[in-house]
Amino acid sequence: MSVLKPRKPVTAAEEDLSSAAVPRRAPWWQRPGVIPYLLIAPAVLFELLVHFIPMAAGVVMSLYGLTLFTLHHWSTAPFVGLANYKLALSIHGPIGSALLDSFEITVPYTLLVVGLSWVIGMIAATGLNVEFRGRGWLRSVLLVPYALPVYVAIIIWSFMLQRDNGVVNTVLVHELHLAHNPPFWLLGSRAFWSMVAAAVWRWFPFAFLILLAALQNIPTEMYEAAAVDGASSWRQFRSITLPSLRSANLVLILVLFLWNFNDFNTPFVLFGDAPPSPADLVSLHIYVVSFESWNFGLGSAMSVLLMLFLIIVSAVYLRVLRRGGEFDV
Amino acid sequence: MYESPAARMFRRVTLGLITLFALFPVFIILETSIKPLKDVENTFQWIPSHITFSPYSEIWSTVPLLHYFLNSLLVSTVSTVIAVTLAVFAGYAISRFQFRGRRAFSFAVLSTQMFPGILFLLPLYLIYVNIGRTIGINLYGSYLGLIITYLTFALPFSVWMLAGFFSSIPRELEEAAMVDGTSPWGALFRIVLPVARPGIIAVAVFAFMTAWGEVLFASVLTTESTRTLAIGLQEYATQGNTAWNQLMAAAVVVSLPVVIVFLALQRHLIRGLTSGSVKG
Repeated sequence: MSVLKPRKPVTAAEEDLSSAAVPRRAPWWQRPGVIPYLLIAPAVLFELLVHFIPMAAGVVMSLYGLTLFTLHHWSTAPFVGLANYKLALSIHGPIGSALLDSFEITVPYTLLVVGLSWVIGMIAATGLNVEFRGRGWLRSVLLVPYALPVYVAIIIWSFMLQRDNGVVNTVLVHELHLAHNPPFWLLGSRAFWSMVAAAVWRWFPFAFLILLAALQNIPTEMYEAAAVDGASSWRQFRSITLPSLRSANLVLILVLFLWNFNDFNTPFVLFGDAPPSPADLVSLHIYVVSFESWNFGLGSAMSVLLMLFLIIVSAVYLRVLRRGGEFDV
Repeated sequence: MYESPAARMFRRVTLGLITLFALFPVFIILETSIKPLKDVENTFQWIPSHITFSPYSEIWSTVPLLHYFLNSLLVSTVSTVIAVTLAVFAGYAISRFQFRGRRAFSFAVLSTQMFPGILFLLPLYLIYVNIGRTIGINLYGSYLGLIITYLTFALPFSVWMLAGFFSSIPRELEEAAMVDGTSPWGALFRIVLPVARPGIIAVAVFAFMTAWGEVLFASVLTTESTRTLAIGLQEYATQGNTAWNQLMAAAVVVSLPVVIVFLALQRHLIRGLTSGSVKG
């Protein structure tokens, strides 16, 4: 760290003089060519340690037979090449077909959660973009589910959906008489829908927040002009609101897609590490494969496949929808 | 904004339904937390047989909640402070300097959002354990390891958002100051940071919430003494029967700090997002 310290104490006056009058002789940490690298260095360091090196290690691990027997002496694990990938992709084998099933659940899950969260968030954001009494209060209320810690949000749903003492069954069976026997919401095929409901509840406020912020950038004059021309609300929404939100939507939908496709929290908090098969999302599936069979090589191979899939989808999405440099950071 | 009666009707009805959807579970959590145990063990009933605050006093002894609470507070606060500081630097570099590797860095930062957490969970665990063995810096099971992990999780979003936010601040402000003799560092600290306050607050709130709510890595990287709320809360359920009234009371207690901060700062948050990168 001592390298970063100024070599001699510099008073404010001297510092001002040196950089303004003779910029070339500024100390090295103030040169324009050096500053940006100094600025990003700490972020790069932590990203390397926590994201990139482990990711590279994960790719390497996927090529080794890292199982229960070799885990404690992991340097002795045998190199198995693509064997883990073959196992994960052989859709006729038990492992491959289970992974494919899990994948086929994750796709509709993600599409439903992203779609519903976006629609509800959009309706709420446009609805609150009009002045009325209690608007600020309502905005806070709609943000509460997102403000809660994820696990709390899902625990609430877990309680509401309990078979014998949950509110959902009380309403359905005892009050609306829609069912005779209280159904299980956290077992069997209904578990999928329970998961979707909990995730939408948690994510629509995020869509709402982002869209609400983006709506503030649309000048009200545009709506006034449209109203003078006699455009209906729906027409205003289609011709002004939607096009103006294009770049916000582009990012919002991509981010929601990635987060939900990788969603581990919702099934893990609802079902623990033994989810019913209709709720076996791919992240939890890989977690269970890794920790139950202690086959980390196989788990890593599956994770790499998941990441490749997400990279391809994101690249196609951005290529198709991106115009010019509007997604430029 | 002109609205036809039908449009106004649609807006009111949908807003009403969405509000109901948002609030109903919150009502359930609050209501359950003041019910006696026998009420939550049987069929759900809307009205508590009597109102009791004993769940709020029992939660502290059923599970060492205060300990987990302080762990979460420590880890989340420290990781937020560091993440925001580093994101200010990196975001400033991206928005104000042209340098070799700028695009690669921005892309790399964003690409981390695609990594499935599960992919680097295990290698990270192995790396932490090995750093502990070889250098002696204990990262596995320690506060430090968790802080480093969480601050890195918050970085990509923070850098990306602050870069967008800084770009929306006119360069002329700093250029004027630099002509007057302020160094680039001085311009960042004295000119840009005060203007960027809403963006920085927004980023800090997100960073704190990320750390406060993280489950997957906490489940592997913490031990008994460093356990955070995300894992600790599950202990109400593992003791045979779930005491739902206590679990809900604990949920209220662990949610209150983040919900209050989030709602108190939501104006800044929306302003931060508005002038930030979401802008087209």
